[in-house]
Amino acid sequence: MFEKIHLLGFGAGGWGALLLEAAGITLLLSALGFAVGAVFGGVAAAGKLSSSKVSRVIASTYGTVFRGVPDLLSIYLFYYGGSVALTSIARLFGATGFVGLPTLATGVVTIGFISGAYQSEVYRGAYLAVDKGQFDAAKALALTRIQMLRLVIVPQLLRHAIPGLGNVWQLVLKDSALISVIGLVELMRQAQIGAGSTREPFLFYLAAAALYYTIAAVTDLFFSRAEANASRGIVHR
Amino acid sequence: MIDPGFFLEIFPKLVAGLPLTLKLCGISVLLGFVLAVVLALAQQSENAFFVWPIRAFVSVFRGTPLLVQIFLIYYGLGQFRPNLQALGLWWLFREPFWCAIIALTLNTAAYSSEILRGAIRNVPRGLPEAASALGLSRLLTLRLVVLPLALRQALPAYGNEIILIVKGTSLASIITLTEVTGLAQELISQTYRAMEVFVAAGAIYLLINFIIVRALELLEIKLTPYRKR
Repeated sequence: MFEKIHLLGFGAGGWGALLLEAAGITLLLSALGFAVGAVFGGVAAAGKLSSSKVSRVIASTYGTVFRGVPDLLSIYLFYYGGSVALTSIARLFGATGFVGLPTLATGVVTIGFISGAYQSEVYRGAYLAVDKGQFDAAKALALTRIQMLRLVIVPQLLRHAIPGLGNVWQLVLKDSALISVIGLVELMRQAQIGAGSTREPFLFYLAAAALYYTIAAVTDLFFSRAEANASRGIVHR
Repeated sequence: MIDPGFFLEIFPKLVAGLPLTLKLCGISVLLGFVLAVVLALAQQSENAFFVWPIRAFVSVFRGTPLLVQIFLIYYGLGQFRPNLQALGLWWLFREPFWCAIIALTLNTAAYSSEILRGAIRNVPRGLPEAASALGLSRLLTLRLVVLPLALRQALPAYGNEIILIVKGTSLASIITLTEVTGLAQELISQTYRAMEVFVAAGAIYLLINFIIVRALELLEIKLTPYRKR
């Protein structure tokens, strides 16, 4: 096996550049999915904290379903469900046959939807962890609701949210490997292609594992930095 | 849009995959738990020679996707067929079922050993000290004092881990095992009714999760009789 290590190199017949590029797609997919998830998660957290019962029920159903159902099942829902919807729209315009969805966009939306369910719990917990006096103080200063959230609550909320968001990010990164089933050539899919065409599956999956591990470790450093940054001036007891 | 007849048609088909899902989850949770206890206890030792490889194992299995782990074991180790045959282990690595079990077991052992390690560390120091003052051997202290307290404290976090494994069993469908998610995927690609199949298969998983959460809640109540509820 190790006599074949040149297959991972950057020379002729080496898969190094392709694997690195695919790792870039994994990173892009995860980052965009995480960002979309922040929007879904923020809205769902607001729904859970809302005084309207309907919002609360919708938001908590969303959270329960997408945290409880296998991510692979959700991916099939979005990919096939989206493709069927797109195909019927295309039929209206006279197209025939099956229309597949663009895989990167589908992956981003799917990961966004799944990670939003996890992020909503993080934001909700962080919101509740902000000291009540801060809300009163903001009101006493006659800040508008938007000003209060933007200047007082969200900066403090983020401090409580960052450790949880770091966990969700690690989850997202690993989930992104599942998007390979819909044919997006990210790291996992590229490793499969390499393994298939060189008949060296062990080498290629090991390389993929090493790249995932590296991405996870490096991005984890980023989250610890952000945590330290958001907690500056806080005395730890 | 919602067609009850269609649900009645697909539901039994999906339930046919339930025994496999439960088997994958049950076996790997049991084996993984035993391994996790061993790993967590071994890390109590001060011998770096012992601790270091375990830390590396845990870190690697927590830091890489489960799908990569499954592929590495099923396709990757398949490459070493002659060696595995010589070792008499080929029957194990030939079967996708056992490869999925191995991957899920190692994965859950890595996560659970961290949960247990934290729980063991949180057992107040005075308790094992009191036990040794009573003349209990190290093994007895572990069995009668440290482990019961640690396991009870670890219960909520461990419940989440079991649910992650239930979800993880769905990846077995990618290596040809037709458990619930695999059957759902087949049904979706035959009928193109993704939403209905998702709802039916999702309901099965949510029901499993609900039963696990409820059972662990009951266990926790039983283990903490002193708490007023």
